[in-house]
Amino acid sequence: MNKPFAITLDPGSSLANKTGSWRTERPVYVDLLPPCNHACPAGENIQQWLYYAEEGASQDTGQAGYDTGQDTGQVGYEMAWRQIMRDNPLPAIMGRVCYRPCETACNRAQLDAPVGINAVERFLGDEAIRHGWTVPVSAPDSGKRVLIVGAGPSGLSAAYHLRLLGHQVTLRDSAAVLGGMLRFGIPAYRLPRDILDAEVGRILAMGVTWEGGQQVTDINTAMVNGGFDAAFLAVGAQRGKRAYIPAGDSARILDAVTMLHSMDGAQRPQLGRRVAIYGGGNTAMDAARTARRLGAADAVVVYRRTRDRMPAHDIEVEEATDEGVRMMWLSTIARADEGTLTIEKMKLDEAGFPQPTGEFTELAADTVVLALGQEAELALLDGVAGITIADGVVQVGPDLMTGHPGIFAGGDMVPAERTVTVAIGHGKKAARSIDAYLRGEAATTTDGVRHATGDSAAAPLAANTVPAGQPAPRLADFSRLNTWYYSDAPATVRPQLAAARRISTFDEVTGGLDESTALFEARRCMSCGNCFECDNCYGVCPDNAVINLGPGRRYEIDLDYCKGCGICAAECPCGAIDMIPEQI
Amino acid sequence: MPVQRVKFYQVGSFAAGNRLLAGDQQSVQSEPGRTNSLNCGHRACQGCGEALGARYALDAAMRATNRQLIAVNATGCLEVFSTPYPETSWQIPWIHSLFGNAPAVATGVAAALRAKGRRDVRVVGQGGDGGTVDIGFACLSGMFERNDDVLFICYDNEAYMNTGVQRSGATPPAARTATTPAVGPEPGNSFGQGKNAPLIALAHQIPYVATATVAGLRDLEYKVQRAMELHGARYLHILVPCPLGWGSAPSDTIKIARLAEQTGLFPVFEAVGGEVVSVSPIRRKAPVEDYLRLQSRYSHLFGTPAGAEVIARLQQLADANIARFGLLESRRDDAYALSAEEAQ
Repeated sequence: MNKPFAITLDPGSSLANKTGSWRTERPVYVDLLPPCNHACPAGENIQQWLYYAEEGASQDTGQAGYDTGQDTGQVGYEMAWRQIMRDNPLPAIMGRVCYRPCETACNRAQLDAPVGINAVERFLGDEAIRHGWTVPVSAPDSGKRVLIVGAGPSGLSAAYHLRLLGHQVTLRDSAAVLGGMLRFGIPAYRLPRDILDAEVGRILAMGVTWEGGQQVTDINTAMVNGGFDAAFLAVGAQRGKRAYIPAGDSARILDAVTMLHSMDGAQRPQLGRRVAIYGGGNTAMDAARTARRLGAADAVVVYRRTRDRMPAHDIEVEEATDEGVRMMWLSTIARADEGTLTIEKMKLDEAGFPQPTGEFTELAADTVVLALGQEAELALLDGVAGITIADGVVQVGPDLMTGHPGIFAGGDMVPAERTVTVAIGHGKKAARSIDAYLRGEAATTTDGVRHATGDSAAAPLAANTVPAGQPAPRLADFSRLNTWYYSDAPATVRPQLAAARRISTFDEVTGGLDESTALFEARRCMSCGNCFECDNCYGVCPDNAVINLGPGRRYEIDLDYCKGCGICAAECPCGAIDMIPEQI
Repeated sequence: MPVQRVKFYQVGSFAAGNRLLAGDQQSVQSEPGRTNSLNCGHRACQGCGEALGARYALDAAMRATNRQLIAVNATGCLEVFSTPYPETSWQIPWIHSLFGNAPAVATGVAAALRAKGRRDVRVVGQGGDGGTVDIGFACLSGMFERNDDVLFICYDNEAYMNTGVQRSGATPPAARTATTPAVGPEPGNSFGQGKNAPLIALAHQIPYVATATVAGLRDLEYKVQRAMELHGARYLHILVPCPLGWGSAPSDTIKIARLAEQTGLFPVFEAVGGEVVSVSPIRRKAPVEDYLRLQSRYSHLFGTPAGAEVIARLQQLADANIARFGLLESRRDDAYALSAEEAQ
């Protein structure tokens, strides 16, 4: 004992004082469901691919050691693209034609403007085409054969996923070329055909047997003759609905589906200088904008309700009006004669239904294009046991199987929102259900009610991100975020062809982002509800009670010393920390 | 400019770190190997702003001096909660002095190092607002006047907290403390000049004076780094909310510090040689109510007409700060935003 005066104890460390015993609440790291992922009808893990895209073309910045390439050498954009491809085989197409439910749901919209998810997806899709990235089929051959009827987005998606699962796929369509509504329904100014061909070609190259120009008239016979173990029907809804319009002999009336379809042929439709489009959906907008490009000086959309009740998406309506398309609200076509339409004004009743007023006006029009919705052509199911058809569509279960075992259906021919993204989601979901069916596993129906959910958002996602038996994760809503930490960074608006130029051309209207702006957009993601390793919790703990586990491994709370103050949770930018009461 | 511009968007320079940042762009606090000058097991209250501020500042000083640092600590909360005999939380050379003489002891340490020819070892003096603004003020002013080679850091929690929340010269008007109860015609601390220690330090025309808060980590680290690049007397005044004395939720410590800055009540600036050279512009302006409402030391101001008048007077103080330091003038929409080019 040789200590200074009045000192009897050796110096000790405060580590002996386990302040964790003070705690009444403890921080817990959580992973929540980001609203973009939740909203995606194709079930993409958007936040994850944005996370990869944030690294850019190569990992020339940042800390070493992050697990990015799973030892494949891939970084940044390619990793991001491969993440998309797990769910959606058509990113360059979707990056152009999707209605972006993800961006509507994006929490960043409440801060400045939503992340341009769709623009980044398009950029990644185009990068893949430019670099020739492909997805290898590594699953062993299952020996099972699946017939897919319809080569639209749903059928293509199913073909891709079934090939990845090792099944033999035959894709059959009455048209001689692939794409379905992507080709025959979506105008070239929204989806350039070289992009369509590149992405469709990539799926075919995975070993899909393509039988174009072959109408399937009887699915039972087709399956027996071809020796197929299962079938996925995705014939779409291609027959334009007709409405009875009293018409003079020389009135020219055609339907929008036929008109848009003929745009892909040699003979473009002759519409005249004044065109009236009857209907208020996206097809009506496509028809009106196509009419303008074909030389119509006046394209008028006649719709019996009001703008807020119109089924067309806002972007479509805005772009159409930018191009000089006129809208006539609360109007129906009472009679069509050569060069003139008789329009009856409508008014909405208390229930919101349009009612005639008896007031009439005239509208000069050389052609009437009917865009009143589309019906599915379901003759191939005639006489098949167990099939239920209601409201013109085939009824299916949550696994997309019809009432006939082994026959599945998806896309526009089943009850769901009719968009390309929903169709792609159905293709994926059907592929997984067919795979389960072929392996003899029970389909994962829980309620026994065979219906496809109209709620396009949750269903496909729940099927692919949450293992069976686990509850769906909680949603990462805006109130959880500490937005102080996010840099002010308004959205990068994609360039648009000047309206004056675009009505005279079928060039693509919306431009893409270049590399720097795409990276900018990706980095605007706030990573809602999932740790992105910003080190803030590690930095702000007054008790050094957050352990930094190193790149890619996140953090851990040192419960020996955590006093439960909750600063880490309050200052977590993305809301990935919960405070939960201690059991006392 | 204290705002560090980094080529990353998601959290720019606001969060402690980011996976996409190279090592030299990371804050000291995001480094896995930071000194942790004030280690775990200290007995500060839950959510203590002073414990946080002390680790921020000293870890930064350790990096800036290549870990050649001696800290002199006045009596106060920081000393009491970190060194109950025989334990210590300090992982740096550290000496405890009396309540009132820390600047003088720091001067002595600096003189001893000079006598020994150790120019590489630097000295930091530190204390709370009581030890700095009141009791140790003569020693501090003398240290400034002699231009001794010491960085003195005041952790300002606006009262004597470890003895039971008594008023100090840094207690703001209207705040309730044990010695300024919320009773009578003018409840809480009286309106008056108080002691604005940063401006008094400025008047000494010493090489470096700066203010910071625990809500601005990178700004704080920048100022410590800058101070350690200079020699002579330097002063750093850090606002550190005190959940106990202010009556706030422990989890709100950083939020309250941020609001003190965003309301204009606590101007954040730096001055070289007696001249203010930069201020941290207000990024999201907030009314003083937002700041006051989170603290029970101001709860007597809410719900009465007289209280509303007091709040209006406090708002005038904030507005005067904003005008005096130009806290909104230097604000541009893109002051904190990066362009797409800069993101690259």
